Amino acid sequence: MSRLLDVENLRVIFHTYRGTIKALNGIRLWLNEEERLGIVGETGCGKSVSALSVMRLIEAPGEIIDGQILFEGNDILKLSEEDMDRHIRGKRMSMIFQEPISALNPVFKVGFQIAETIAHCNDISIGDAYKLVPESLEMVGLDWKRSIDLYPHELSGGMAQRVMIAMALAIKPKLLIADEPTSALDVTIQAQILQLLDELVKIGKNAVILITHDLGVASEFCDRITVMYAGNVIEISNSEEIFDEPLHPYTKGLISSIPIIGASRELTGIPGSVPDLVSPPSGCRFHPRCDFCFDRCRTEPPTLSEISPGHFVACHLYSDGVKEG
Amino acid sequence: MEAIVTIENLRKYFDIKKSIFSKPRKVKAINDISLNIPRGSIFSVVGESGSGKSTLGRLILKLIEPTSGKICFEGEDITDLGSKDLIKYRREMQIVQQDPYNSLHPRKLIKDIVGEGLKIHYKLPSDEIYVRIKGILERVGLREEHMFRYPHEFSGGQRQRIAMARALVLRPKFLVLDEPTSALDVSVQARTLALLKELKESLELTYLFITHNLAVVDYIATHVTVMYLGKIMELGSKDEIFSNPKHPYTMSLLEAIPSVGRGKRIRKIPRGEIPSPLDPPKGCLFHTRCLQAMDICSKEEPDEIEISKGHLCRCHLYS
Ligand SMILES: Nc1ncnc2c1ncn2[C@@H]1O[C@H](COP(=O)(O)OP(=O)(O)O)[C@@H](O)[C@H]1O
Ligand SMILES: Nc1ncnc2c1ncn2[C@@H]1O[C@H](COP(=O)(O)OP(=O)(O)O)[C@@H](O)[C@H]1O
Ligand code: SF4
Ligand code: SF4
Ligand SMILES: [Mg+2]
Ligand SMILES: [Mg+2]
Repeated sequence: MSRLLDVENLRVIFHTYRGTIKALNGIRLWLNEEERLGIVGETGCGKSVSALSVMRLIEAPGEIIDGQILFEGNDILKLSEEDMDRHIRGKRMSMIFQEPISALNPVFKVGFQIAETIAHCNDISIGDAYKLVPESLEMVGLDWKRSIDLYPHELSGGMAQRVMIAMALAIKPKLLIADEPTSALDVTIQAQILQLLDELVKIGKNAVILITHDLGVASEFCDRITVMYAGNVIEISNSEEIFDEPLHPYTKGLISSIPIIGASRELTGIPGSVPDLVSPPSGCRFHPRCDFCFDRCRTEPPTLSEISPGHFVACHLYSDGVKEG
Repeated sequence: MEAIVTIENLRKYFDIKKSIFSKPRKVKAINDISLNIPRGSIFSVVGESGSGKSTLGRLILKLIEPTSGKICFEGEDITDLGSKDLIKYRREMQIVQQDPYNSLHPRKLIKDIVGEGLKIHYKLPSDEIYVRIKGILERVGLREEHMFRYPHEFSGGQRQRIAMARALVLRPKFLVLDEPTSALDVSVQARTLALLKELKESLELTYLFITHNLAVVDYIATHVTVMYLGKIMELGSKDEIFSNPKHPYTMSLLEAIPSVGRGKRIRKIPRGEIPSPLDPPKGCLFHTRCLQAMDICSKEEPDEIEISKGHLCRCHLYS
């Protein structure tokens, strides 16, 4: 299957009064057509900034200072804003967010907003696009007669996310980015939305980047998982192996923190808290919290290397290419 | 087991007005709930948002007044006590809320936040207050020097520990924990839950533990109450509810949880969304979403049925 997205050495900073936040520290990501990649990690590790970078939506005080983002073979960091808008964003890739109600325009009815999206990406009139709206709403499980004339504030969180999905998929994107799409929803609604998304992207053959802090959600939905910590990608593996054989000490800590029904085990958690990215720790950014830390970890940042086919880790414990620890 | 808190036929109705001209309508946030919370238990209340969990916690602490019903603490009826008579109970029943960002006064030092209750409830010399604050901060994993800092200098997990210290410094017997870890990252949640478990044992506490996360319940609780639209759907010991769930709503909550590292799963998810509490369904409150609904379910409300000793379930399947 051919490569859809290839992110290399992406560096993003934010200029703030406190200093420069090194939000992304040269990350690497890739995704094939029709593949589903999960990005997981705790608050502030850079998941959303990664997604926004791929959409080229990083704005001041943020700045992409290095790296390349190849999308269908073209470096989108070199495209003009106009080309980005005309050919890529909302055409070849689209995005859904955690707070669907605030992502919708509050003063327009749902039907009109969907029609506008369809019109924009197919270069047709709003009138013609409007005729396609009922089908679009039914596709995401909404009764079109009841929902087409509603305003965003009249929707429940679950309905609003369905509308967002309708809009995001109406353009038949190659890549759908979903940033915590179910984190604000109750668990039964989360399960409904994930099931819907699963069916629709299967039919639409869309590649998906699913961003979530919930490893369970990611592992069920995705083929592959990328684990981030403090602005770095620290482990990449397929969804089963990340649980059965996690390599990075952080990934191990994360997994041993998740309460699992029936597991009856103690939860160990990870000592300390995430570092301030204005002055991140030297060497391995995880070293102040790592039980396995040794001298080299304090000075030299580990790089991502492939330990077994498709399983990558950035940790000095594995730097001679062997699995241990 | 002896009950530390008993509630009988408790109701709390809120009046909701859509606009100043419309006639108020009632939300039955708590609709005829009776239960006993055994001393020493971690009594969890689960359910989706809007099911009435927080209202229940606030009623027991008498932070809001019930519409009707009875609340007893250690055998004493506290339902009608005024604020003066409640002072003694305020010390013994404390609360930790979900949001670690808004629940601490931003311009007060930690020592004043944690010590506030001590000053209100006890006439203690200031060096004694200092020692108690220091002691309780250490108990929750913070340090003496933290006393002289402000809330914004702490992470979310540390703020929850400060909120715990503020509650525990009064040496309460009963703690309402309202989604205490829902805003925390999972690695911080893990340590917070472990700490709560340990504190419960060493300080001989009883918890009312409110959460929407059944995996957290499985880890920490001894008892489970499943609520839906202001009513108890199912109640029992944790082991019984997890090994032998009976109510279709409980089963769908269990079903909906993502399976960690077990690959994709076909699941039976309830249809639709939680109905508006202003217009709750007739008959069984859950019938609009229940995959096992029968004719009777939309017509008659099921009673609470005792499945086995201590295991209650409100569903026509078992009547
Ligand atoms: N607009 C912004 N201004 C300043 N800092 C930002 C901004 N957006 C993100 N950051 C910082 O970048 C880092 C990564 O953030 P983000 O990608 O949002 O994390 P998450 O993994 O929770 O999605 C954080 O340290 C955050 O504080
Ligand atoms: N102060 C209030 N005024 C009006 N309605 C309220 C108030 N507090 C709660 N409610 C309503 O009562 C119901 C139960 O709310 P709550 O106890 O917060 O549920 P939960 O904690 O389970 O999410 C909801 O429908 C909510 O809108
Ligand atoms: S590089 Fe060193 S500090 Fe970092 S995770 Fe590996 S062992 Fe721990
Ligand atoms: S009473 Fe009927 S509708 Fe209600 S939970 Fe039982 S089977 Fe479902
Ligand atoms: Mg984010
Ligand atoms: Mg609540």
